Amino acid sequence: MSHKAHVPIGPYHPLQEEPEFYKLVVDGEKVVDVDVRIGYNHRGIEKISESKNFDQSIFIVERICGICSSSHPIACVQAIEDIADIPVPERALYIRSINQELERIHSHLLWLGLAGHFLGYNTVFMWAWKYRELICDIMETVTGNRQNYAMHKVGGVRRDIEREHVSYILTRLDEFLKQLDMLKGAVLDDPVIHARLKGVGVLTKEAAIDYATLGPVARASGVDIDVRRDHPYAAYDKIKWNVITREEGDVFAKTVVRILEMYESASIIRQCLDKMPQGPIDSNPKDIPAGEGIGLAEAPRGECFHYIKSDGTNSPTRHKIRAPTYMNFPTFKETVIGETISDATIILAGIDPCYCCTERMLIVDTKDKIFMNVEELIRLSQEATARIKEKMGIK
Amino acid sequence: MGLRETILSKSIYVFHLSSGSCNNCDIEILDCLTPRYDLERFGITLVGSIRHADVLLCTGSTNRLTVPIIKKLYEEMPKPAFVVAFGACGSSRGLFKDSYNTGQPLDEIIPVDAYIPGCPPKPEAIIGGLMKLIGKIKEKNKGK
Repeated sequence: MSHKAHVPIGPYHPLQEEPEFYKLVVDGEKVVDVDVRIGYNHRGIEKISESKNFDQSIFIVERICGICSSSHPIACVQAIEDIADIPVPERALYIRSINQELERIHSHLLWLGLAGHFLGYNTVFMWAWKYRELICDIMETVTGNRQNYAMHKVGGVRRDIEREHVSYILTRLDEFLKQLDMLKGAVLDDPVIHARLKGVGVLTKEAAIDYATLGPVARASGVDIDVRRDHPYAAYDKIKWNVITREEGDVFAKTVVRILEMYESASIIRQCLDKMPQGPIDSNPKDIPAGEGIGLAEAPRGECFHYIKSDGTNSPTRHKIRAPTYMNFPTFKETVIGETISDATIILAGIDPCYCCTERMLIVDTKDKIFMNVEELIRLSQEATARIKEKMGIK
Repeated sequence: MGLRETILSKSIYVFHLSSGSCNNCDIEILDCLTPRYDLERFGITLVGSIRHADVLLCTGSTNRLTVPIIKKLYEEMPKPAFVVAFGACGSSRGLFKDSYNTGQPLDEIIPVDAYIPGCPPKPEAIIGGLMKLIGKIKEKNKGK
């Protein structure tokens, strides 16, 4: 007799502007169906933004998502600059790129740590977050804040990178790259992680295109898409870098893409610091005329899109935001069905949906009244790793 | 000071609730548990169930769907229980107070014992806030 149980994941997903509630239907260990409901973390950001003026709305969009607090403001200011054709000084463009890439490194490290935690590798979690502090230090030097950088404004940036900070940033970056080499070796050469992640949660290239996935999720499935190259903004068209792609589409490919992207980001920061011209950082625009504009930015999770319509007053009449996870999340349905429940956590984490979602997992078996919380789900996942280790004879 | 309070002030179990935050506060809370700040040296750790918790750490502005959840969680907590309003949103609803979906401030829903302001608070501020809370627990139970 088949024994179907419901696994609610959620209800609210506190980390993203799109909170999700997932209900997995499991038959024994296998996931057979998944259902999605959203709306728990709705804060009405678009509407608040329409009641603020253009300068204030940048602070609002910064607080859409804590991790993307550089991508959203960049997309927003680009949309406003698009309305009025506001010129941006070249130095400001370079500073925007530096800020964006620092954010990408910190987001990918954060993801790597949590993925390690879900697999039962708490060492990876602690290492990744320890080395993330180096990036936070650079952030604090460049912007004055560890998170919510308040760096971007229409027509430029708020803070300049001082000459004496450049050498500090470079030494910190060197220090970080040394640790990243070690972390990369520890994660990518580990036979257990290979056994645990390879072939798990495969998203085919066709499915990735059909779901219109973005960012590392798409790139891990062989879809060569990156806003920084396809629709250049900030200083990305002035420097050399590569778009990392993988063909496999499984969680391992997503991990590889994210780790290798960190190296690219570090190289971009280095080139930006090297090529950055002297000069003003702000063009001090005065009025925003009537019109509409769009802004795109490549957030750590994919393309982030902002549309702003202005009627000539000092606040937007319509502000539309589409964040990358909105497109990436539905692929969870494609990838999780047919997998075991102990892999569900890491597949969901593979999309990088921010961790709080998985932290609020709760299994309710309606038939037998079994309750499982996130700790037990993580325990299931960690036990699966232990089994593989035993099979391989690794202690 | 009773046995319970003595133990409580030595090992605080924290339940972290995100009632509609932008996740910066949540990152900084996790950051406190990692090697550089390492809150566990004070006996403070995050727990997965509200029934194991001594402190409810509430981040984010509330909204219509989370207000009933916050009330329910507070009722389910074993007493004595303490509530910490975390970040600008938790303390005062911050930027989101004008939103159509935001509920009452946290301290009108449940009694709040400590506020850790900031957007987001730095890990040093979080450690400072929790140390003050421990001081408050000790102070409250001095005569007992």
